[in-house]
Amino acid sequence: MQIPAAFDYARAESLEHALQLLSEHGPEARVIAGGHSLLPMMKLRLANPEWLIDINDLTDLAYITEDADVVRIGAMTRHVELLESEALAGLFPIVRDAERTIADPLVRNRGTIGGSLCQADPAEDLSTVCHVLGAELVIRGANGERSVPMAQLHTGPYETSVEQDEILTEVRWPVRPRTASAYTKVERRAGDWATAAAGASVTMGADGRVEDVTIGLTAVGLDGGTATRAADAVRGQTPSEDLYAEAGRRAAEQCRPIGDQRGTEAYKRHLADELTRRVLRRSVERATAPLGRGV
Amino acid sequence: MQVSMTVNGEAISREVEPRVLLVHFLRDDIGLTGTHWGCDTSNCGLCTVLMDGAPVKSCTVLAAMAAGHDIRTVEGMATGGTLDPVQQGFMEEHGLQCGFCTPGMMLTARALLDRDPNPSNQDIREAISGQLCRCTGYTNIIKSIRWAADHQSETAGAATEGS
Ligand SMILES: Cc1cc2nc3c(=O)[nH]c(=O)nc-3n(C[C@H](O)[C@H](O)[C@H](O)COP(=O)(O)OP(=O)(O)OC[C@H]3O[C@@H](n4cnc5c(N)ncnc54)[C@H](O)[C@@H]3O)c2cc1C
Ligand code: FES
Ligand code: FES
Repeated sequence: MQIPAAFDYARAESLEHALQLLSEHGPEARVIAGGHSLLPMMKLRLANPEWLIDINDLTDLAYITEDADVVRIGAMTRHVELLESEALAGLFPIVRDAERTIADPLVRNRGTIGGSLCQADPAEDLSTVCHVLGAELVIRGANGERSVPMAQLHTGPYETSVEQDEILTEVRWPVRPRTASAYTKVERRAGDWATAAAGASVTMGADGRVEDVTIGLTAVGLDGGTATRAADAVRGQTPSEDLYAEAGRRAAEQCRPIGDQRGTEAYKRHLADELTRRVLRRSVERATAPLGRGV
Repeated sequence: MQVSMTVNGEAISREVEPRVLLVHFLRDDIGLTGTHWGCDTSNCGLCTVLMDGAPVKSCTVLAAMAAGHDIRTVEGMATGGTLDPVQQGFMEEHGLQCGFCTPGMMLTARALLDRDPNPSNQDIREAISGQLCRCTGYTNIIKSIRWAADHQSETAGAATEGS
C-alpha cells in the first residue's frame, strides 16, 4: 500500500493566505495543486514535504481570458479546461493537440497548468507548448510580482526558478497574426508520457515565406526547450518538404536523448526528426488555411 | 484533522491523518468498499469516484482535499432499490467479468451521460480511456454504456412508475 509519509495540511483561502502559509511554515512547505505529480512522488518518498498548502480553493486562479494581443491562463486552470476551450483551439491549436495526449480524462480533471510547469518534468507536454508559444510566467511572492520568460522557468529537471515561498499565478501566451501551431507525440500506449514529442508555431509573411518559427521538443534532452538551429533553417524561407527535412535533421542533431525503456537513443533521434517535419507541415497548413486559422 | 464531505448525499465527518487518501477514507473510515483500489500509482482507474460530478482517481486525492466537496461512489448509484440505467446496462450487455474495474467504469459512464446523453462510441471509448479492464476487452463495457444511453429515458420513467 502506497501512502505518503506524515505531513501537516493547510488549506489556503486566498493567494495572500497561501503565500503567508508558505513563509510561515518554511522550506519544507509546498503547495499542492492537482496533486497528480506531487502525491505520486510523495508515495514513493521522492518528495517529503512537511507541510502541504492546498491551493485548490483559489478558484480565482482558474481562468482563460483573451485580449487582443495576449491570452492569460490562471495557474489553477485544469487540463480539461485547456482541452475544451474553443478560444484556445482557434488561437493556439497546439494546446488541444497536446492536451488530447496528456494522460487520460481523469488525470486531466485534476492536473493544472501551474502544477505541470512547476513540476518541470522533462516529459511534461505543456512545457513544450509554453516554449513554443513564447510564454511569459507571472510569479507572486511576499514581496510582490515578477514575470519570467519560459526559457528562464526551468533551471534543470524537476527544478524551477519559482522560489519555495513563491507561487506561479499566471501563464501568458502572446497572440500573433498569421500564426498557427501544432503538436504531435509518440507514446507507447494511450495516456503514457512521451517517448518523444514535437511542437511548432509558424508565422507566415504576406510574401508566402515563413516570417517566424519556434520548434520545441519533449523528452529528448533539448537544452533551453527550443530547437533553435532547426528554426534558423526555416525562418525566411518558402515552405517545402525539403525545408521540413532539413529542419528535422537539425532538430535530431541538436537534441540529446537518453535511451530508456521507452526507446533507444537512435529511435528518439529519429522521432525528433520525423515529428519536427510533421509539426512544421501541419502548422504551415493551418497558418495558410482560409481565415488564417486551421483546425 | 477533522474532514467533512458529502458522500452519496450524506454529510460525513471523520477525524483522519492528513495523509489519508480519499480511496482509503471511503473504504476504511466509512466502510464503502465498492470503491476498488488497484495500482496505487494513478494509472488503473479502479478507484474512480465522482467529485462534484467529475470522475477522479481517489488514490490521488487526499481525503483532506475532498473536504467540502460532493463525492459519489458506486453505492450511491441505485436509487430507492432501482438500478441506475448504467448498472442495468452492465447487466444487460454483460459488461463485467470479475467486476474489479466495474464501479469505476460505471461512475465514469454516469458522468459522461450526465454531460452528454447521447455520446458516440468514440466518446465512450475516450471517456473510459483512463481505466483498465483486464477481463472484458472493453467491447462489452462500451455496449453496456451504449445500452444505458439508449434506454435512459425509459428506465428513468420506469423508476418513477415502478417500486
Ligand atoms: C497517470 C498519469 C499520467 C500522466 N501523463 C502525462 C502526460 O502524458 N503528459 C504530461 O505532460 N503530464 C502527464 N501527467 C502529469 C499531469 O499533467 C499532472 O497533472 C501535472 O504534472 C501536475 O499538475 P498538478 O496540478 O497535478 O500538480 P501538483 O502535483 O499539485 O504539483 C506539482 C509540483 O508543482 C508545484 N506547484 C503546483 N502548482 C504550483 C503553483 N501554482 N505555483 C508554484 N508551484 C506549484 C507543487 O508544489 C509540486 O512541486 C500524468 C500524470 C499522471 C498521474
Ligand atoms: S488505484 Fe487509483 S488509479 Fe489505480
Ligand atoms: S471485469 Fe475484470 S477487470 Fe474489468
